[in-house]
Amino acid sequence: MAKVLLRASLVAVSLVWVLAAQTVLAAEVKRYVVEGSRAAELDSCVEPTERMRRMHFEFIKHQRISTVHEGIRGTKYSLAGCVECHISYDGQQPEPINQPDQFCGACHAYAAVDLNCFDCHASVPNPQGLDAEAQAAHRAAGVEKLVQSGRNGEGH
Amino acid sequence: MTDKTDRAENEIDAGRRDFIGVAAGMTAAVVAPGVFLHSVAAAPRSEPVNSDVRWGLLVDTAKCVDGCSACVEACNEENGLNLQTPPKGESERKWDTQKAVWIRKVKLQDNQTGRITNLPMMCQHCEHPPCVDVCPTGASFKRADGIVMVDRHLCIGCRYCMMACPYKARSFIHDETSGQLTSVPRGKGCVESCNLCVHRRDYGEESTACVDACAAEGHHAIVFGDLKDPNSAINQQLKEIPSRQIREDLQLNTGVRYSGV
Ligand code: HEC
Ligand code: HEC
Ligand code: HEC
Repeated sequence: MAKVLLRASLVAVSLVWVLAAQTVLAAEVKRYVVEGSRAAELDSCVEPTERMRRMHFEFIKHQRISTVHEGIRGTKYSLAGCVECHISYDGQQPEPINQPDQFCGACHAYAAVDLNCFDCHASVPNPQGLDAEAQAAHRAAGVEKLVQSGRNGEGH
Repeated sequence: MTDKTDRAENEIDAGRRDFIGVAAGMTAAVVAPGVFLHSVAAAPRSEPVNSDVRWGLLVDTAKCVDGCSACVEACNEENGLNLQTPPKGESERKWDTQKAVWIRKVKLQDNQTGRITNLPMMCQHCEHPPCVDVCPTGASFKRADGIVMVDRHLCIGCRYCMMACPYKARSFIHDETSGQLTSVPRGKGCVESCNLCVHRRDYGEESTACVDACAAEGHHAIVFGDLKDPNSAINQQLKEIPSRQIREDLQLNTGVRYSGV
């Protein structure tokens, strides 16, 4: 009888431990969405957050092939799209998204992932504040030059 | 409009419609004629490109003006090539030969007659591109719609394609770049060249930066269009005026044609 009691209490104690540990874990999952980005105001990413954490690079790489080779644009895993939504601002100035204190940069620094994507890809929306569709619209409206002259002085 | 049935309301609405009609007419008159064409279909492409179209250019060298470089500048601006800066200490002469250019203005002189011809030279978007033949990684490729380009994710920077190109149309990026445009990523260690403004193609725009600039100068020396569409402007012109491929002896069937050479 004593043995059974002991076992029951052991189970109870370990259950409590497991639960406690889980709450601690949940509290400890660091969030990387940066304040001031559009993403900070939205509820979800282009896929459920869990899936994004685990799979984003697969999504982007598929997107890359379909965009570059098949010309498919404006779909949801566009790299330009990630930047557009996750970029944050220091005043008016967008902060390069691969910086170690910014969205992609911070988590990659933590996970020791080294990317060269932003050697070529703009790490800020450029022209500033316009996504590709807005750009197309501006170009269509013939005001692109006006819009462009307000951005990217040489070498920033 | 609303589905109000009240008659007076309807009359007011009709009046508004008239007014809007007039206003729209006025804007159309104010905005340059070319601009209207662009705004027709600007939806991003959602289906893979296919070979029902083949994009090409026709350059009428008789209209290409000596000393004008509007197309080159427009290309540089469109693709962020104007953001290049020379490495420290590089002489201007060397930089001029090293920096990336997607269009070159070329001047030809016939030594016997002295006749001078000006023309823009860019990737000729061959049907049988030598750059694609020699590429060891498959980075150099021809898109289904005829655009010859470099997949920079696969390019290892070996520059075989630059050697193979009879038109000297490709550039290599020697140095780190910054400030790139979102729509035109580019960076160190890769080869690049004219891609017929591929981002414009995929957003359903009508023409290329060089064509727009040339038209804005009033020269209209370059026509862009679909070589497979018998009714396209470019095909109408090809039918009308004599034109040639440069180095037609190589039988590459170029997508860029020239008249008056
Ligand atoms: C329309 C806006 C938007 C776009 C576009 C977008 N995201 Fe997100 N992303 C969000 C939001 C909002 C969240 C936070 C979701 C949450 O709170 O669970 C998020 C979360 C994430 C997370 C998880 C962050 C964390 O703290 O664990 C990753 C990883 C991520 N995004 C990557 C990407 C990538 C890669 C792309 C481009 C393919 C992209 N996102 C495009 C809005 C966006
Ligand atoms: C050497 C330059 C270079 C590097 C490095 C590079 N890219 Fe690209 N990328 C390009 C070019 C050029 C395009 C074509 C853009 C176009 O055709 O409009 C492109 C297009 C893309 C696209 C489709 C456009 C978009 O915004 O969605 C994706 C996705 C992409 N790259 C992902 C990546 C990823 C991920 C990496 C890093 C692992 C990377 N790229 C590294 C040059 C580069
Ligand atoms: C929540 C953390 C997190 C965030 C935020 C994050 N990543 Fe990642 N990313 C990772 C991890 C972890 C890996 C490595 C996965 C592996 O190698 O298995 C990775 C890998 C990648 C890769 C593949 C690298 C390679 O060499 O194959 C790309 C591309 C990438 N991330 C793009 C992005 C972009 C773009 C953003 C910002 C929009 C972003 N990531 C934000 C965690 C993150």
